[in-house]
Amino acid sequence: MNRLHLILLASLLLLGGTALFLYKVLALHFPLDPDTEDFIWSVEAQISFQARDRPVKVAVYIPQDTPHFSVVNENFISRSYGLVTKKVSGNRQAVWSTRRTRGKQTLYYHTVVRGIEKKSDRENLKPPQIDKPGFEGPYLQAAETVIAEIGTHSADIDSFVSELIKRLNRTPPDENAALLLGKQPTPPARIQAAVKVLAQSGIAARPVNGIQLAQEQRDAVLTTWLEVYDLGRWRSYDPVTGVEGVPESYLAWWRGFDPLVNLTGGRDLKTKISISLNREEAIQSAIERTRLKNPALLEFSLLRLPIQTQSVYRILLLIPLGSLVVVLFRNVVGLNTFGTFMPILIALAFRETELLWGIVMFCLMVALGLTFRFYLDRLKLLLVPRLASVLTMVIILMVLVSVVMHKLGLEQGVSIALFPMVILTMTIERMSIVWEELGALAALSQALGSLLVAALTYLMFNNRYVAHMVFYFPELLLLVLAVTLLLGRYTGYRLFEIRRFKDLSKARTGGS
Amino acid sequence: MSLLALKRLGVLGINRRNAEYTLRYNPRKFYPLVDDKLRTKALARKAGLAVPDLYGVVEIAYQIRRLETLLEPREDFVVKPSRGSGGMGILVVAGRAKRMYRSVNGTLISPEELKHHVLNVLSGMYSLGGQPDRAIIEYRVVFDPVFEAVSYLGVPDIRIIVFLGVPVMSMVRLPTRISEGRANLHQGAVGAGIDLATGNTLTAVWRNEILTEHPDTGNKLTGLSIPHWPRLLRLASQCHELTGIGYLGVDIVLDRDRGPLILELNARPGLSIQIANRAGLLTRLREVEGRHRDLKDIEERVAFAQDRFAPHP
Repeated sequence: MNRLHLILLASLLLLGGTALFLYKVLALHFPLDPDTEDFIWSVEAQISFQARDRPVKVAVYIPQDTPHFSVVNENFISRSYGLVTKKVSGNRQAVWSTRRTRGKQTLYYHTVVRGIEKKSDRENLKPPQIDKPGFEGPYLQAAETVIAEIGTHSADIDSFVSELIKRLNRTPPDENAALLLGKQPTPPARIQAAVKVLAQSGIAARPVNGIQLAQEQRDAVLTTWLEVYDLGRWRSYDPVTGVEGVPESYLAWWRGFDPLVNLTGGRDLKTKISISLNREEAIQSAIERTRLKNPALLEFSLLRLPIQTQSVYRILLLIPLGSLVVVLFRNVVGLNTFGTFMPILIALAFRETELLWGIVMFCLMVALGLTFRFYLDRLKLLLVPRLASVLTMVIILMVLVSVVMHKLGLEQGVSIALFPMVILTMTIERMSIVWEELGALAALSQALGSLLVAALTYLMFNNRYVAHMVFYFPELLLLVLAVTLLLGRYTGYRLFEIRRFKDLSKARTGGS
Repeated sequence: MSLLALKRLGVLGINRRNAEYTLRYNPRKFYPLVDDKLRTKALARKAGLAVPDLYGVVEIAYQIRRLETLLEPREDFVVKPSRGSGGMGILVVAGRAKRMYRSVNGTLISPEELKHHVLNVLSGMYSLGGQPDRAIIEYRVVFDPVFEAVSYLGVPDIRIIVFLGVPVMSMVRLPTRISEGRANLHQGAVGAGIDLATGNTLTAVWRNEILTEHPDTGNKLTGLSIPHWPRLLRLASQCHELTGIGYLGVDIVLDRDRGPLILELNARPGLSIQIANRAGLLTRLREVEGRHRDLKDIEERVAFAQDRFAPHP
C-alpha cells in the first residue's frame, strides 16, 4: 500500500515535472544549452502618407507564426492613432484609425521574429472552399484548352501546377496563355491567372506574400509565392520557375491578393520594409516568447522576481541537487559524512573560494580547530560553553587566515569568510568525538568522505549546464524530489556493505 | 564478494533494516522506553524482570553536592548516562582508596573528577542529540565466571535480537584492552556468535577478523557454554511484550550471584551480529514474518527459535 502510494506520488511528480519541462523546451523553445544563440530578425514596416483632414483608416497585414519563424515581439508605433488587431480570413491585420488629421503621417510596425526548427509537414487541413474563377466565352475556352493540354502530360497535382506555371511564364506566351494573362503579364497577373486556372480545374490555390530574411536590408521587396492545396496541406511554388518549396528564410506575411496596406482617407502611400539581424541569447527570446504565448507562466515564475532575489535562487535551486548527491553517497554508496548536509554547505562555500583553495582552507581550519578542541579537552568544559569557545576560535582563525593571506597577496584567503562557521564548529566537535571514540583513522576517513562529497557537489554546482537547467527549468526539482522519495524506499545494500560483510562469505565458503 | 553474494547469504543491509524493520515494526512512540535507561529499568522491574539495582539518580547539577553522601555506603558502582548511546560516558568504579575512587583499570579518580563526569553527563555530552540528560548510579555487575577467561577489564554482555518476540540471533560481546573495557564491537570488543539452540559460542570476530582466541587473554572463544540459556531466551522474548517494539536488541549481563539481568534495550540494534554469527539476519526475519502469528506464547516462540535458528552444520 505504502509502496504503491509512493510510486504513484513519484510518477505524478515525474510526470508533472517532465510535462512542464517538455512544454518549455518544445513549445516555448527554452534552450537546453546556455550558450545557444538565436538569430533574431527585426522587421520594420514604415508606412507614410499624406492625410487630407479626414478620418483616416490604415489596415496593415501583420505576420504570424509560420513553420519557420516565430514572432517573439511586436510593437506598433504611432501618434494619436487608435489600434485594433484582428484576424481576417486567416491573416492578422492591424487597423490604425484616427478621426481627423492632416499633413505627413508615419506609422511603424516593428516585429521581432526568430527562426525555429522546421516542424513536420503532417498537417491535416480540410479542403478549402474554391472560388468560382468566373471564366466566360473565349476565356473559358482558353482555360479549358490549357487545362486539357497540361493534363495530358502531368501525373498529379504537383506536376500539373509546375507545368502550368512554366506555361504561363513562357516568353512569348502562347495565345491561350496570353489571353488569360491579359495585356500586361506582370508577376501578380501571372499568379492571378494561375489561381484562376487551378480553380477552374478544381484545385484550390492562393498567393502568399512575404519577404526573404536572408540578409539585412534597408528596403526589402515583398515577394509572392503560389500555395496550392494538395492532400491535406498547402504546397508552395515559385511563381516563376514552378519549383516546389519555399526557402526556409522566407517569412510568409499574409495570404491573398490584397496589398499589404489598405489606406482610406489619405494619399501618397509609401511603404518601406527594413530588415536587421541581431544575435541574442536564446533564453532571452524564449522569455519574450513566453510573454506573448503564455503570460501566466511567466508571471508566476522566478524570472519576474527582482534580479537580486533571482541570484539568490540561482544558488538555492542547486541545493536539492546537492542533497540528492548526499543521499546517494550515504544511502547507496554508504560513505559516512560529518553532519548530513554539511557537504552541501561546504560545497557552496567552495563556489567562492575555488576548489583547490577551498580544500586547502577547509583542511587548515579543521586542523587548527581540532588542535584547539583537543587542548580544551584538558580543561573539562561543559558541552555548550565548549562548543561556543570552539565557534569563537573558528571565527578568530578565519580572521587570522584572511589577514595573513591578504598580507601575502593571496586574495583567495579573504573568501574564507564565506565558510559556514557553525557547520565548521560542529564538524570539529563531531570529529574530535569520533577521534576519541574510534580513533584517528576513523575520524580522518570520515572527514575525507565529507570532503569528497563536498568536492563532487561543488563540481556539480559549478557546472554551467546544471546551473542553467535548474534556474530556467525549476520544475526539474520535482524530478529530483521524485528520485529522492524513491531512494527513501531503497532497501538494497550499500556499496560499502560489500566490504563490511565480506568475511561472512569468506568464512562460509572456506568452511570450518 | 558481490551484492549478489550478500543477497544469497540473506545479509540484512542498513537500508533494509531501517526501511523494512525499524520503521515498520518499531513505533516511534515506544522509542523513549528504550532510549531512556531509567524508563527501561522501571518498566522491567514492574514486569518482574531482573535489572541491576538502582542506587541513585542525579537529575540536576544541584544534586551533585549530595553525591558523596549518596555513594557513602557503596564500595563499587557504575555511573552512566540515562540516554547514552554506544556505551559512551559509562564510568565503572570497582573500589575505593581513602577518599579516592578506583576505576576498573586501576586509575584513581578524585571526587571532583567524578563530579565533573556527572556534570558532563547532565549537560548531554554523551546523549543522542546533545540533549540534557540524567546520570544513573547503579549496581556494578560481577560477571559470571564463565566469561572470566575471555574478557579484559569490563563486563561482557549478551546481545539477543528479538523480532516480533522471537529471538533470531545472538552474540556475546567481550571487552578487550583496545575497547577499554567497553562491550561495543565498533569500539574494539570481540563478538562471538551464539548457537540459539544450545547457547554455545560459535566463532568470534574482532575488528572484522575471524578469531578463535581472545586477543588479550589468549583463551579459546569457541564452544563456551552460556549458563541459563533458555532462561535468557525467554527473558529476551518477554521484552517484546514489555516495550511493544518489534525489532529489538536486548542486552543481558550474567551476574555471578543474581543471574541474568537486563542491561539495556536497543530499538536500532547494529548489524555486525551477522558477522559474529557468519549468517544473514534477513532469511531468519523473513521466516519469522511468515510464522509469528502461529506462535502463541513465549514458550512457543523460544522453541521455534531454538528449532529453526541453529547454525547450519
